[in-house]
Amino acid sequence: MSMTGEEIQRLLDVVRDTQAVEIDCDVCLMQVGEFAEDRLAGKPIAEGLKAIEQHLLICPECREEFEALCQAINALKKTAS
Amino acid sequence: MVRDRNNDEWIKSLEAEGPVRETALADLRELLVVGLKSSLKSRSDYVESMMDDFLQDSLIRILQALNQFQNRSRFVTWATSIAIRVAMTELRKRRWRDVSLEKLVADTNFDPVSDVDGDVVPERRELVEAMYRVINTQLTDRQRTVLLAEIKGMAQEEIAGQLGCSRNALYKLSHDARFRLKQELVQAGFDYQSFAFAFNE
Repeated sequence: MSMTGEEIQRLLDVVRDTQAVEIDCDVCLMQVGEFAEDRLAGKPIAEGLKAIEQHLLICPECREEFEALCQAINALKKTAS
Repeated sequence: MVRDRNNDEWIKSLEAEGPVRETALADLRELLVVGLKSSLKSRSDYVESMMDDFLQDSLIRILQALNQFQNRSRFVTWATSIAIRVAMTELRKRRWRDVSLEKLVADTNFDPVSDVDGDVVPERRELVEAMYRVINTQLTDRQRTVLLAEIKGMAQEEIAGQLGCSRNALYKLSHDARFRLKQELVQAGFDYQSFAFAFNE
């Protein structure tokens, strides 16, 4: 069984977005909260958070968790108001 | 009604002892329930009976990591991100625990694109073939395994477990493979644009 076309395209996408220096999932976890709050507030991505943006492009697990976090932040806002 | 606190109050309360800490933990727990429920509700692999375990493990992880909180977001946002990591790691582990990495790799190969020929955009065929060539000749067995397992969607925790390495070591393996692949393809003359849309929608 070979890879599907979708899988090959996904591989090409992550290879394209790969950088010489990257952060790992643990570093991403410590800063993704700030990234999510800024994103939901419509702020431009701060220079110090560009590495988080890049990591979310290549790591599907952290991206899934980021999307879940955005949902959670919105739910928490509703609870507070 | 849960009392929210500013970041300093959260840290001080959680580092305190006695009733102050207990109240803060109870409040944090309630907020984590709100966050986790909203982020897991659409997942078919989540059932409510898992919530208590997720909360318990999350609170332990959060308390262990308190000194790593950099005050760059709301404390509750940071704590929720850890709880989501705990919950989703567990759900992924359950989904992939009976899948053998060895079998997944044995069943799949980086063959030439014969069986996806029809879908490849003609001008990208060369790129896809070059990518296979690099994968087959320039990467180590472990790098190929990691790349394939990740593209198949296998959980990183499970890949790391079956390879007998840490998650950070796994990330390095994956990064080295991707970076090598990129370098070789760029050197072969493929530019950034050509990586996109190799396949018809």
